[in-house]
Amino acid sequence: MHTSPQDPIHDAWHPVSAIDALGARPLRTRLLDVPIEVTHGPAAWRTDTGADLPVRQQYGLVWTSLGQPAEDLFAIPEYDEPDRRNISAGPIGVASSAPRAIENFLDLAHFPFVHTDILGAEPHTEVKDYAVEVTANGREIIATGCEFFQPMAALTADGGQKVDYIYRVPHPFCAVLYKSCFVDPTRMDVIAIFAQAMTEESIRAHLVLSMIDTVHTETEMRRFQQVIFGQDKPILENQRPRRLPLDPRAETPIRADLSGIAYRRWLAATNVTYGVIHAPQ
Amino acid sequence: MSMIPSPAWHPIAASTDLVFRHVFHGKLAGQELAVWRADDGNVNVWENRCLHRGVRLSIGMNDGAELKCQYHGWRYANRSASCTYIPAHPANSPARQVTNRTFPVAERHGLVWSALEPDAAFPDLPEGDWFALRAVTIDAPAQTVMGALAEAATSLVPLSPLACRLALREAPGETLIVFTQPLDAGTSVLRALRDGTPADAEPTLRRFNRILSGLRDSIEAVPMPRIGAVEPDFAPVSADLAAVPGPRAAGLSVVVARKWWAAEDVVALELKPLSGTLPAFQPGAHIDVTLPDGTLRQYSLTNGPGEWESWVIGVRRQRQSRGGSRMIAEQVREGDLLAISEPRHKFPLRRDATRTVLIAGGIGITPLLAMAKALHHGGHPFELHAFARSAGHLPFAEGLQAFGDHLHLHLGQDPDETEATVRQFLGPHGFAQHVYVCGSARMIDTVTQAAADLGWPDEAVHYEHFSNDRAIDASSAFTVELARSALTVDVPAGVSLLAAIRDAGVTVPSSCEKGACGTCVVPLLDGVPDHQDVYLNTTEKRAGRAIVTCVSRAQTPRLVLDL
Repeated sequence: MHTSPQDPIHDAWHPVSAIDALGARPLRTRLLDVPIEVTHGPAAWRTDTGADLPVRQQYGLVWTSLGQPAEDLFAIPEYDEPDRRNISAGPIGVASSAPRAIENFLDLAHFPFVHTDILGAEPHTEVKDYAVEVTANGREIIATGCEFFQPMAALTADGGQKVDYIYRVPHPFCAVLYKSCFVDPTRMDVIAIFAQAMTEESIRAHLVLSMIDTVHTETEMRRFQQVIFGQDKPILENQRPRRLPLDPRAETPIRADLSGIAYRRWLAATNVTYGVIHAPQ
Repeated sequence: MSMIPSPAWHPIAASTDLVFRHVFHGKLAGQELAVWRADDGNVNVWENRCLHRGVRLSIGMNDGAELKCQYHGWRYANRSASCTYIPAHPANSPARQVTNRTFPVAERHGLVWSALEPDAAFPDLPEGDWFALRAVTIDAPAQTVMGALAEAATSLVPLSPLACRLALREAPGETLIVFTQPLDAGTSVLRALRDGTPADAEPTLRRFNRILSGLRDSIEAVPMPRIGAVEPDFAPVSADLAAVPGPRAAGLSVVVARKWWAAEDVVALELKPLSGTLPAFQPGAHIDVTLPDGTLRQYSLTNGPGEWESWVIGVRRQRQSRGGSRMIAEQVREGDLLAISEPRHKFPLRRDATRTVLIAGGIGITPLLAMAKALHHGGHPFELHAFARSAGHLPFAEGLQAFGDHLHLHLGQDPDETEATVRQFLGPHGFAQHVYVCGSARMIDTVTQAAADLGWPDEAVHYEHFSNDRAIDASSAFTVELARSALTVDVPAGVSLLAAIRDAGVTVPSSCEKGACGTCVVPLLDGVPDHQDVYLNTTEKRAGRAIVTCVSRAQTPRLVLDL
């Protein structure tokens, strides 16, 4: 199903490829059910009509849109700090909807069960209360004060410790997390997921890291993130329905799901229809 | 959907598909099913979806008594399908009864049957010896498969739109009953029973597998229009799961199935439901038992995971009691009916500890027994320290041996010896360590004091009082404002705060009315309370954000409650 013009997804920017993955031959992919081609330069066009699409380069990725996108994309100021290692990892294809992938990215409670002995380990399963707010302009969700006990939070982590997280959802299909940095306690590592919705129920997940790490190679850091996401993939592909249900009675939230609850309400309030199931009227 | 007769029972799996501690992924008319056998032999057929975030339960873990979701570790109980534990909030019991959707189940002749409609009548199956053949999946609608069967048979007697008795041309002397299970609108599973178990089971299975696979190939060789999948039915969760729950009324009738002496002066009662199954509960839960004279008494459930058929409680016969325990010990007989409440959770067990210390004084072992069984079943580290006057005074002693090295008995110790023992094994507090104590007020005081001296924080020390032995001072008089009700109520000397609130027409649930069970706790907005209960811990009392209304009063002339 193609997006409706009322859906803000239609005019949004969407990631379609890492810049350094593009060669001379066009990459054939799909965005919101439309076949498109992307090439270095960059340039993008619809395969079905041949119409040119707008492009921009940011966070190491090429972004495009099927509608009339805003001038700018959301900001991640940390990405421009000179000593950060910026790496793209992915894309990873997932047979699920973009909102399911974003909600999973915001979720802490699954760490001990899905990322066992890396981002969490039984019996340390508690999710302490945290705060979630929608920014004054309504454009972004922010979750702060998130804390979790992790056995191996990052390649630079040395043994188990409590890790602090901040989450941002600046775009219906993009989320950015900030977590304790083990090299410099005054700063935070940044990991982002930018979901390219190929259809309502299939995505390519583009992962971008902006790390303070002077020790590990790019390949090591990329592999670490791919291992983590590879553990999420089978869970996402076994969620039913695949599209995210926005009806409060569709599933059973608990306190730990505060950010997911806010995300679902925000999608409903901003009239996103692609990849979600609205409550029956 | 019109292609699929419904409501009706269909075979959905072979008994041999339900492998020990495995979950079978089944499907009927587009509805995905998680099918699993618990260690007690019971087969569960549930909607294949965790109610929390929709993850298939067929990828979950069957531990023999519960199914654990892969995503967040939520645990659902055998039979009741109710959630028993949510690891993200280990200090709370599930506030609401989260219960998965279940489907009816029957097991006959080596096949497992279910129906999407709860009221469908189970078909009349022939008696005798029937041998289940291997299932064959066919990429065709069920009606097409039935038509092809008619062509392949020498004789055929229809039994229902999707079942028939026949003999196949390729095996003319052997009578079969064949069922076509509609997986989806365009996919079916052929399941057959052969009349009589053959002497050569394996060659027979292989021979029929070859014959039925040939039938499948001939059906699939005919080009067919592509048929869309049946849209699965994702039923919404109940309205109370989407809302904040209110207090629930008591409402279970049970029959006393067995009564026996569990120790000197301790009577054990086994309670079975009059109908249906008992609700799921968490270790540490208690029930209110309504006595013949209308009073309520609280008793902890001693059952472990998977022990759902009946509940066992222990009752100590106190010589100078208010009469309640004595009434149960002396007057209640096997076969009597009792009215009890749903399980209440005031003493929840965290399962996120690296060390759990359970300390029982006499009859106080009952909730800890349920905890020990849950920890033992889950492979969590724990110690159970049971104190009793003598071996004969130790309740449920025969079941304790199962805990092996986890069990530590301390018999015949006087108060000073008890205190020294507790201090010695408790030791200093470490990360993710928790202690649970249940017993007499003196036992609880001994443990809480020792724990405080050894540096254990309040939130790591959990206790349950069976009664409040302190004398209640009801001599003060004060005023209470009920903020949400916009009422001001005077509480005169000699009248409890709870009674005064109720006289003003505001409902507050209560149970023990002795300051022990915590049922009547109310949030406190302003004023300094005079805590006289044993329910709130020291930190909670100092914070002054809650008050136990049945016994506590005010130190200031005015209290403001969030009621």
